[in-house]
Amino acid sequence: MDKKVISGYIKNITAIMVVYAIVFYLIQIKVINNYYNGILILAGIYIIVAASLNLATGYLGQLALGHAGFMAIGAYTAALFAIAVDLPKYVELIAGLILGGVMAGIFGLIIGIPALRLRGDYLGIVTLGFGEIIRIALLNLSFTGGAAGLKGIPRYVNFTEIYFLVVLVIAFLFAFIRSRHGRAILSIKEDEIAAESVGIPTTFYKVYGFVVSAFIAGVGGGALGFYQRILDPKKFNFMFSVEFFIIVVLGGMGSITGTILAALALAFINEFLYSIDELRLVFYALTLIVLMIFKSDGLLGRKEFSLIRLLNRFGKKTKIENAD
Amino acid sequence: MAQFIQQIINGLNVGSIYALIALGYTMVYGIVKLINFAHGDILMIGAYFGFFALATFNVPFGLALVVSMILCALVGMTIDRLAYKPLRNAPRISALITALGMSMLLQNLFRLLFGAQPRRMPAVIELQRIEIAPGIAISNLAIITILLSVGLMLLLEFIVKKTKTGKAMRAVSEDKSAAKLMGVNVDKTISITFAIGSALGAVGGLLYAINYYQVEPYMGMMPGLKAFVAAVLGGIGVIPGAMLGGFAIGLIETLTKGYISTTWADAFVFGILIIVLIFKPAGILGKNTREKV
Amino acid sequence: MSLLKTEHIGMTFGGLKAVSDFSIEVKENELVGLIGPNGAGKTTIFNMLTGVYAPTEGKVILGETVVNGKKPYQIVNLGLGRTFQNIRLFKELSVIDNIKIAFHKDMSYNTLSAVFRGKKFWKEEKEIDIKARDLLSLFNMEEDAKVLSSNLPYGKQRKLEICRALATNPKLLLLDEPAAGMNPQETKELMETIAFIREKFKVSILLIEHDMSLVMGICERIVVIDYGKVIAAGTPDEIKSNEKVIGAYLGQ
Repeated sequence: MDKKVISGYIKNITAIMVVYAIVFYLIQIKVINNYYNGILILAGIYIIVAASLNLATGYLGQLALGHAGFMAIGAYTAALFAIAVDLPKYVELIAGLILGGVMAGIFGLIIGIPALRLRGDYLGIVTLGFGEIIRIALLNLSFTGGAAGLKGIPRYVNFTEIYFLVVLVIAFLFAFIRSRHGRAILSIKEDEIAAESVGIPTTFYKVYGFVVSAFIAGVGGGALGFYQRILDPKKFNFMFSVEFFIIVVLGGMGSITGTILAALALAFINEFLYSIDELRLVFYALTLIVLMIFKSDGLLGRKEFSLIRLLNRFGKKTKIENAD
Repeated sequence: MAQFIQQIINGLNVGSIYALIALGYTMVYGIVKLINFAHGDILMIGAYFGFFALATFNVPFGLALVVSMILCALVGMTIDRLAYKPLRNAPRISALITALGMSMLLQNLFRLLFGAQPRRMPAVIELQRIEIAPGIAISNLAIITILLSVGLMLLLEFIVKKTKTGKAMRAVSEDKSAAKLMGVNVDKTISITFAIGSALGAVGGLLYAINYYQVEPYMGMMPGLKAFVAAVLGGIGVIPGAMLGGFAIGLIETLTKGYISTTWADAFVFGILIIVLIFKPAGILGKNTREKV
Repeated sequence: MSLLKTEHIGMTFGGLKAVSDFSIEVKENELVGLIGPNGAGKTTIFNMLTGVYAPTEGKVILGETVVNGKKPYQIVNLGLGRTFQNIRLFKELSVIDNIKIAFHKDMSYNTLSAVFRGKKFWKEEKEIDIKARDLLSLFNMEEDAKVLSSNLPYGKQRKLEICRALATNPKLLLLDEPAAGMNPQETKELMETIAFIREKFKVSILLIEHDMSLVMGICERIVVIDYGKVIAAGTPDEIKSNEKVIGAYLGQ
């Protein structure tokens, strides 16, 4: 590890802690009231799930339309676990999230293996069908609370927990993408045949990337349950999956920071436009179509947004100006 | 036994509607290799056009059907021109996302225009039950549905196999650039395909609305998805496959509802999709193809 | 020793016999040309050798392994690299990432090491970075390392594709029409590059080409096919005077 890497780490960690401290303070002094705090937490969950979808769609290039299903699996697994056991809060939270992620990952493996062998567009339909199956199952099974939903989940997630969970997931994705595994995944999106011809086991990496994506979506679902304290199976429908899709497309397919910005923006827009739901959805739909026609890799494309880089650039500019 | 035959009749009834819708998916896929997610919503639009013709303008059923077919054909062509044509050579995933956006747009536009409340479809014909054997009955509506669907499928088969347009459609689906070199007007052929597919979807939608007595903005989603499963089951891109798949899905759905569980029937249909893709990804009548290197 | 040997391989698509009874042997340090009119089945042969298609008849033997039915990436691991007729680069990735992807199989750190940036991660990434830059500088492309590969000029894209194939450390390199779309000057440079590759990397080369000056100029042995069958094989001089070959090209 050279000095540049270490200084990068220090800068990033500092930035993360500073942002946390500011927002936490604003919540404490009620500048951010409970209502906005709630939206922030939901935005955090959106970031997690949308980032996981970006791995499958933006980086791996596979159309996945059932992430609400993976989320639901994670949410119910984590919630049922926490209800069943009696352990300290953080043990239950962490174990619950991991279990939820693992269960979602297992389902991702089960549908990924058959669907990913086929041409791309089938995965979209299979995941869509899978999401519907999960929703129907949750509505009809008795141990998940059926149509009435699952109640009595402990509230383990608040701003602090979701903030650091988001940091963890984003750090994981960045590190994963910028490794030989991430490069293999990117190469598949670019040209599957060429990837295989330079020694990338494409089927393995397609399934692997998809399972990792499902795992993270499951973790996000688990967090949702631990925040809302109640799970309604009707929420995990096709439109919910599509909302994540919109975040990914808006933020840029292949841009994690773009996903973060888009998820934050959409969480707030959703809240404000809730009363005129149909107009909101018409607007989203038009955005999707227009974006695809004029800028098919999303608003930010593959660019990553960096506060530090921005500050650096700004710093350099002022230095030059000062020198003048 | 009587109950079983009754279920089969009911299955053929819904199956014929699925088959009509599945044809639209399969034709469009065959020619531009696009899963047209918005096709399910075309059937919703067809049902609305039919509804207004019948309920607001009180026209006879036959005329309502024709009007709805023509309008949907225009809608289908317009969608293709505006949203899909600019993406003909774009990565597949962009076109798929556009189709998804189009589906959302149509659903919510109709919700915005006509409200989310389901509207009651007027009774087109006086419903009569015809007893065939003790315990087995078929309604005149079911007879009309099945006959109309089968008739239209035969007509489509004729168009595709025997007419010049059909020949052009087959040529374009085989190889777009070769067809162009041979003097086929590719854009026009694709437009016609969308028009025919959408017109069939309109019939499917109107029949569906009449069979279930109502129209609403999201009504196209479930039958659309099931019809897509039908198209995949039969072999996507293959016209007889869509018909076969449609009837098969209709039968499977009714039999599941009748003998296993009403609530799980939809899950069953999607389960079948996943199983088909594992064991015979090209579908029952489809051929395996590989990307050209 | 023979690097590659095929025994009577054939490929049938539906009812169409694209290739039949094709046998060839490539030895160490050889440069063999595969020529034939358009649609003769040359690229189909490459696709069979590289595992894109499984031959419907016969055997493909790499070294001592029968590779029928093996996946393309497994065949790459056995020492067969290739390029494509219509360049297939990872267009939206940088030049150096294109190369690094081809080094994938030489690295072994796992996901945990990648995510926690372990010792092995840094060591292997550093090694690969150096190797990739060295490889690029051999082809005078070190300046382009950070450029998006789709932004390269055409000739360099071809070169990068060859470079990427070499990164998989092949014993035998298959080049599918490397000179396609090149002007005479670029073709001449390509011939020099090919000679340089043989010298530097000690690889055997099997190439498909339409440019006769290139084929006749550098190949030691030429195999001619038409309608999926071998119609002649021999040295460039023998091929030049072969009547069947002249017939095939003039359409008799």
